Amino acid sequence: MAGNSGRLKLALTLGGLYLLLAALFGALAAVLWADMQEHERLALLAIVMPRLELSILIILLAWFFLGLIVSAVYRAYVMAPLTLREQALVMVSANPGLRLQELGAPEIRTLAQVVNSLAEQREALQRDVEARVREGRASIEEEKNRLAALMSELTQSVVVCNLDGRILLYNNRARLQFKALAGESRSAQDGVLIGLGRSIFAILDRHLITHALENIQQRLARGSQQPVANFVTASRAGQLIRVQMAPVLGGQREAEAGEGARAFAGYVLMLDNITRNFEMESQRDALLQSLTEGSRASLGNIRAAVDNLLDYPDMEAEQRDRFVGIVRDEVAAMGQRLDRTVNEFSDALKARWPLEDMLGEDLVAAAQRRIEGRLELPTKVEEVPEGLWVRVDSFSLLQGLSYLAKRLRDEYDIRELRFRMAQAGRLAQLDLIWSGAVVGSQTLLAWEIDPMNVAGENSPLTLREVIERHGGEIWFEREKASHRAFIRILIPSALPQEALDAAPLMQVDSRPEYYDFNLFRQTEESRALDERLLSELTYTVFDTETTGLEPSAGDEIIQIGATRIVNGRLLRSESIDQLVDPRRPLRPEGIPIHGITEEMVAGQPAIDKVLPLFRAFCEDTVLVAHNAAFDMRFLQLKEEATGIRFQQPVLDTLLLSAVIHPNQESHKLEAICERLGINVIGRHTALGDAIVTGEVFLRMIPLLEEMGIRTLRQAREAAERTYYARIKY
Amino acid sequence: MSKRILIVDDEPNIVVSLEFLMKREGFEVAVAGDGETALRLIEEKRPDLVLLDIMLPKKNGFEVCQAIRANPDWQAVKVVMLTAKGRDTEVAKGTALGADAYMTKPFSTKDLIAQVRQILDVA
Repeated sequence: MAGNSGRLKLALTLGGLYLLLAALFGALAAVLWADMQEHERLALLAIVMPRLELSILIILLAWFFLGLIVSAVYRAYVMAPLTLREQALVMVSANPGLRLQELGAPEIRTLAQVVNSLAEQREALQRDVEARVREGRASIEEEKNRLAALMSELTQSVVVCNLDGRILLYNNRARLQFKALAGESRSAQDGVLIGLGRSIFAILDRHLITHALENIQQRLARGSQQPVANFVTASRAGQLIRVQMAPVLGGQREAEAGEGARAFAGYVLMLDNITRNFEMESQRDALLQSLTEGSRASLGNIRAAVDNLLDYPDMEAEQRDRFVGIVRDEVAAMGQRLDRTVNEFSDALKARWPLEDMLGEDLVAAAQRRIEGRLELPTKVEEVPEGLWVRVDSFSLLQGLSYLAKRLRDEYDIRELRFRMAQAGRLAQLDLIWSGAVVGSQTLLAWEIDPMNVAGENSPLTLREVIERHGGEIWFEREKASHRAFIRILIPSALPQEALDAAPLMQVDSRPEYYDFNLFRQTEESRALDERLLSELTYTVFDTETTGLEPSAGDEIIQIGATRIVNGRLLRSESIDQLVDPRRPLRPEGIPIHGITEEMVAGQPAIDKVLPLFRAFCEDTVLVAHNAAFDMRFLQLKEEATGIRFQQPVLDTLLLSAVIHPNQESHKLEAICERLGINVIGRHTALGDAIVTGEVFLRMIPLLEEMGIRTLRQAREAAERTYYARIKY
Repeated sequence: MSKRILIVDDEPNIVVSLEFLMKREGFEVAVAGDGETALRLIEEKRPDLVLLDIMLPKKNGFEVCQAIRANPDWQAVKVVMLTAKGRDTEVAKGTALGADAYMTKPFSTKDLIAQVRQILDVA
């Protein structure tokens, strides 16, 4: 099919030509007829009438051949240039690698060849320019990546937002933290709450942010050196988050425009989950209270009794015994209270040096490296229980261990040191073991209070201070049976689950798209989405796999894949890839297409669990899908059952392709990819198709722009006018 | 006629001492173990002074104090609050609610007697 408009034009041209010829010959015949004498007319009729059928046949044949010639000429000189024109436009704006087909008349073929060689030259030039630009950009990119890498390694959650509260950068830690905060209901999927271009207000109260911004603005106006604001907020799950906000100040140009104070472009939020600290604090409060008020009451009772005993010595013996009894009971009660508080609140009573959770094995490995490297003293590991976590200030503790090793080597000539760890209630034992020499307790005591000095590294701390910092203890013991001795250090152990979130941190191998600084320039649009430029909207590109093609006949969704486009970038790391239990058997003929089997969907959530997730994912965005009508039909059929309506604007890449290339034969996803020069990998999974669709859509935006289609409304209206839009499911 | 004192406290160990002390000092003594009993005994016995603990079952000391001050018939009743809560905020609250004196445990019985005598204006 070479396009409807082309055929119509051909038919019109031919019809016109026939009419013209008929008119000309008719006029000629009329003039000749009028000029003839009566006998001439009769003679002509006599000649013509018997051969009328033959003449008409000849005329019709002539017309037929004329038609063939015109159509061939039309194809060669009109249709071919039309097709070439479309291809050339693609070359100009979307796929510089495309070459014109050699179509039509020889002249046009030569023209196509010339255009192709021009394109060749242009591509070479472009490559050259791109190479230069790449070089130039490489250093900037490197800096950005360094920042992103730095951010991703941070153990603190960091989120950067522009003034509208749109997130333009976040690190993995923040993602994990918000995931945990969102609770179980949403944790099935990554990055639903946090995402580039999403609003921070979905997570933090808008008023808190506004208030903090005002504080910062005031501080800036006063010329404060540290315009930082702090606040604490509670999540829905009751976790306490301490937030520190620092402004991101605008560039030089904006600074000049601002009056005195530098304008700020956004802010950095550093988030800490302080629930545990806060619990400690409350515990400490409770402790203080029970100690003061509890003691006061008891003391009051004792004092009153004692006062009476002293002031009224003449009282009866029975009365005296009662008062003495009171004193005895109250003193016993106070003793018990003290014991209880010491046991219950021992953690809260410790000096609060910031300690970090560390795996026992890691601690020992670090100590081994340090001691072997600096002291050239061989070490071995005897036993370290798997999954033993300790809470330590690793730097000072390692210094302390090296210091002990050095003194043992220097003063007792120890040849080898062994490590052993064990769990002991809420504490962990760390033993340094050696054979032979006995270190007296007095010696160890002396070592504890000497300043630590290891391999030329002087520490202002003593070993005692290091131990106290951990709320620990240290002592010397002998294993008489094996002629060995060891120094045991007690340090606090940590609950394994407290360190759980460290594991996913390590698994990030490819750097995800966690940042987009271009969002800084975005400002809140009060205008409806309809009037916004296609290039600045945020999209959710999605695709579904289904049991079959007839939603109204009971076919169901079995997979939803979705990803996002923010600021003209496809964010593969922010995606949904969810299998759905259709609650009905799969059709065997569909399995080879989507590759999803009964086993895969068994136990997956049903659609009523998945749709809320999907809705949250595509909130505030424009939906994009290939052949969107099909997918939307499935979603709409679920509206009543789930109460979830998708009322966002929808763009269909199939229709947009028909808008851009009305004269191309196929608007299948593969065909479009080929036209636009997109490599297709991983198709026929929902997420794979969604990603391909997203890339197609990104290439289409400049093509649409060339046709004057810039806003969402223009795109929707153009799509509705195409032929394909009239097919209904 | 001797003055009447109502002791309101739920801790027997202090009640024993206070009761003994006040009796020895020549006062007529009644004891209540919770806030509601206290209010009932005030109605019945019209004490001249109430020794009032704050941490009480049913109605706490602050509520009892407020109830006393809210009743026009009871304006002559003096209130001394006795409590283990030593915070200045609570002292301020007690005084604001109409306590005539506020003593923090542990107190000396001599001070308490002196305070009570002064408030009741007896030698």
